[in-house]
Amino acid sequence: MKSLAELQAIKEKMQNKVALREGSGEKRVVVGMATCGIAAGARPVLNAFVEQVNEGGLAATVTVTQTGCIGLCQFEPVVEVTEAGKEKVTYVKMTADKVARVVEEHLKGGTPVADFMMKA
Amino acid sequence: MIRAHVLICGGTGCTSSGSQTIQQAFADSIEACGLTEEVKVVQTGCFGLCALGPVVIVHPDGTFYSRVEAEDVPEIVSEHLLKGRVVERLVYNDTGSDAPVEGSVSLNDTAFYKTQNRVVLRNCGVINPESIDEYIAMDGYAALGKVLTEMTPEDVIKEITDSGLRGRGGGGFPTGRKWALTAPNKAPQKYVVCNADEGDPGAFMDRSVLEGDPHCLIEAMTIAGYAIGATEGYVYVRAEYPIAVARLQLAIEQAREYGLLGKDIFGSGFDFDLYIRLGAGAFVCGEETALMTSIEGNRGEPRPRPPYPAVKGLYGMPTVENNVETFANVPQIILRGAEWFASMGTEKSKGTKVFALGGKIKNTGLVEIPMGTTLREIIDEIGGGIPDGKKFKAAQTGGPSGGCIPADLIDTPVDYDNLVAIGCMMGSGGLIVMDEDTCMVDMAKFFLEFTVDESCGKCTPCRVGTKRLLEQLDKITQGKGTLEDIDELERLCYYIKENSLCGLGQTAPNPVLSTLKFFRDEYVAHVVDKKCPAGVCKDLLSFTIDQEKCIGCGMCARACPADAISKTDYVAPGHKLPSYTIDTSKCVKCGACLASCKKIKAISKQ
Repeated sequence: MKSLAELQAIKEKMQNKVALREGSGEKRVVVGMATCGIAAGARPVLNAFVEQVNEGGLAATVTVTQTGCIGLCQFEPVVEVTEAGKEKVTYVKMTADKVARVVEEHLKGGTPVADFMMKA
Repeated sequence: MIRAHVLICGGTGCTSSGSQTIQQAFADSIEACGLTEEVKVVQTGCFGLCALGPVVIVHPDGTFYSRVEAEDVPEIVSEHLLKGRVVERLVYNDTGSDAPVEGSVSLNDTAFYKTQNRVVLRNCGVINPESIDEYIAMDGYAALGKVLTEMTPEDVIKEITDSGLRGRGGGGFPTGRKWALTAPNKAPQKYVVCNADEGDPGAFMDRSVLEGDPHCLIEAMTIAGYAIGATEGYVYVRAEYPIAVARLQLAIEQAREYGLLGKDIFGSGFDFDLYIRLGAGAFVCGEETALMTSIEGNRGEPRPRPPYPAVKGLYGMPTVENNVETFANVPQIILRGAEWFASMGTEKSKGTKVFALGGKIKNTGLVEIPMGTTLREIIDEIGGGIPDGKKFKAAQTGGPSGGCIPADLIDTPVDYDNLVAIGCMMGSGGLIVMDEDTCMVDMAKFFLEFTVDESCGKCTPCRVGTKRLLEQLDKITQGKGTLEDIDELERLCYYIKENSLCGLGQTAPNPVLSTLKFFRDEYVAHVVDKKCPAGVCKDLLSFTIDQEKCIGCGMCARACPADAISKTDYVAPGHKLPSYTIDTSKCVKCGACLASCKKIKAISKQ
C-alpha cells in the first residue's frame, strides 16, 4: 500500500458489501416472499431491487429485505416501502421491469410511483 | 447479487458448541435452495453472548438466532431466507417467558446489548476476521493512514495522552505517558510488544479481539511503532488460543501483502513488521518483564524494575508493552479524536471496558460498557441477574490478583480508582459473580491454589508465602483454625504484598484480604462455630434426616454411595413406614441424599 488513495479505493469497493449489516437504512423496501409471492414472481423483483439499489449507490440508506405473506395474495408480488415519518407506500403486481422506476423516482427522487400503487 | 448475509459466530465459545457444523449446514442448504447467488455466509468473531451459542445473525433485518443446531438450518434457510418468515422459535428471547417472540428481534434491542457501548469490540461479530477488505470497509487502516501522512510522532502521543486512555491489562498506567517515556530514548532498535497472554481464570476479552478483529491490533501496534520510533513488534499470545493465533497469523500475512506491514508504509518511509511469539501458558508471563524474558527465549521469570521497559526492555532495548484491549482503542482514538474518547467514562477512567461475565449469572459472555457503569447495571440489566432466584453475594474482579465487591457495594461505579478504593482492582476484566451458595473462604482458597501453582519461584515471599497462606486457609476450611490464625493470615498477606518481586506476588494475597475485609464473619464462623455458613466446606458440614418429616421411601439410602443411611425402628405419627437416619461416621458429605429428597425436604445440610 503506497498511498491513501489505494486504501480509499478498497474501502469504497467493499463498503457496499458490508453496508447490509449496518441495518441503519432510512428507507426499507420489503418484498412479500410467501408462497403466494414467490409463485407470482417475487424473487426476480427482490433481486432486481437488491441489484439496482446497490448499483444506484443507495446501499447505505436503503435496506432491501423480505417478509412473509402481506395478506393481499391476489395482488402479489407486493412490495412495501417504509420511511421514518412518512406513510407506508404499497406497490402491487410488481415485476422486475417496474423496479427501475421505483428506484429512480421513489427511492432516489422521493416521489412514490402512483401508477404501481393499489387503486382504492 | 447478494441480498442477505448470514453471520455465524466463529469465536472459541461458539466453535466448541458446534458453529463449524452449522456453517457447513448453511452452505449446503443454501445451495439446495438455489440461493448461492443471493445469500452469503460469513464467519465472524465473538458476539459476546456465549451462553446462547452457537449464535447466528441474519442481515439485513438483523434477526438474532440463538442455540442453533444443525437440524434447524434447513428450516431457517427455507423459511427465513427463501420465504421471509422468521423462525420464531429460535429467536433469542430475553423477556423471561417461555413463549416464542413474535417477529424478528434485532441484537441491538436486547437487554444484553442495549446498554453496551462497543468501541473495542465494534467489529467483533460484524466483520469476517479473515478478510482484510472487510476491515478496511469499516474504516480499517484509515487511522494508520492518517498518522503516517498527517501527524508527527509527537502529535500521536499527545492525542493518546489527551484521550486519557489507561492500560487495560489491569494496572491502569496511562498509555500516552508510557509512550512518551519510551519515545525520547535513543537506541539502535526499539520494540512494540503486545501482551496477549491472558491468564486470569475466566477472562477472554483479548482472545475475542484477536479472533474477531485481528487487523485492529496490527494497525494499533504499527501506530505505536511510529509514535515511539520502533520498527519491530512482537505479539506474545498464549498457545492455548489456537483460533486467535491462526487468525492473527493470517491477518499479518494479509497486511504484509497489502504493504500495510513492511517497508515504506503508505509511501511515508516508515517501516514496521510484526511477529508472533507463543506462550506456553505460564501465568507469570503476563507480567511485563517475565513476558519479555520469555520472548528472548529464556525461562519466563520477572526481573526487578527499574530499569523499566521504557529504558531497557526486550533485548535490552527501549520497549512499549501494552495489552490487546489497550491497543484496540488506539485506532478509534486517532480517527474520532481524544475528545470523543474522553467524553466516555469517569473523571480519571476514560472510555469503555470489556468484561468477561462469568459465574452465577444468566448471560455469561462478553460485555463492553462505559467506565463508571455500576455493578448493579452490569449484573441485573446486562447480565440478566442471578439464576434460580438466588441472592447476589459478591463479585470477584481481576481474577486471582483482584478482590471481591460485596452486595452492599453493588452501586459502586466500576472504574480504576473506585475499585482500588474498596480494595479491589480492575484487573484485565474477568468478572465472576457469586451467589449465596458461595463460601468466601473457599473462594479465596481457590485463587490461592491457582497462584501457588503459577508462582514462578524466583522470589521467596511469593514462592513460600503463598504456600503458607494456602495451608492456613486449608486449616480454616477444615475447622482446625483459631482466631489467632486469622490474624496471622492477615499479617502474612501484607508481608507478601510488600516483599514480592513482581505483580504476581504483590497481588496474590488480594482475594484473601478483600474477603477478610468484607466477609470476616465467615472466617470467624469457620474457626469459632466450626460451621461453613454457605454450606460448601465439606469438613464442616453435617447431613441430618428430620425423623418427623421422613416418609420412609428409602430414596436417600439408595442414592448414598457410602451406605451411610439406614432404616430405624421409629415411625413418625401420620406416616406408615419407618424413617431413615445417617451415620455421620460413614458419611462422605457428597450431598446425593439431599438431591434425592427434593420433594419431601426431610434432609438438611448444616
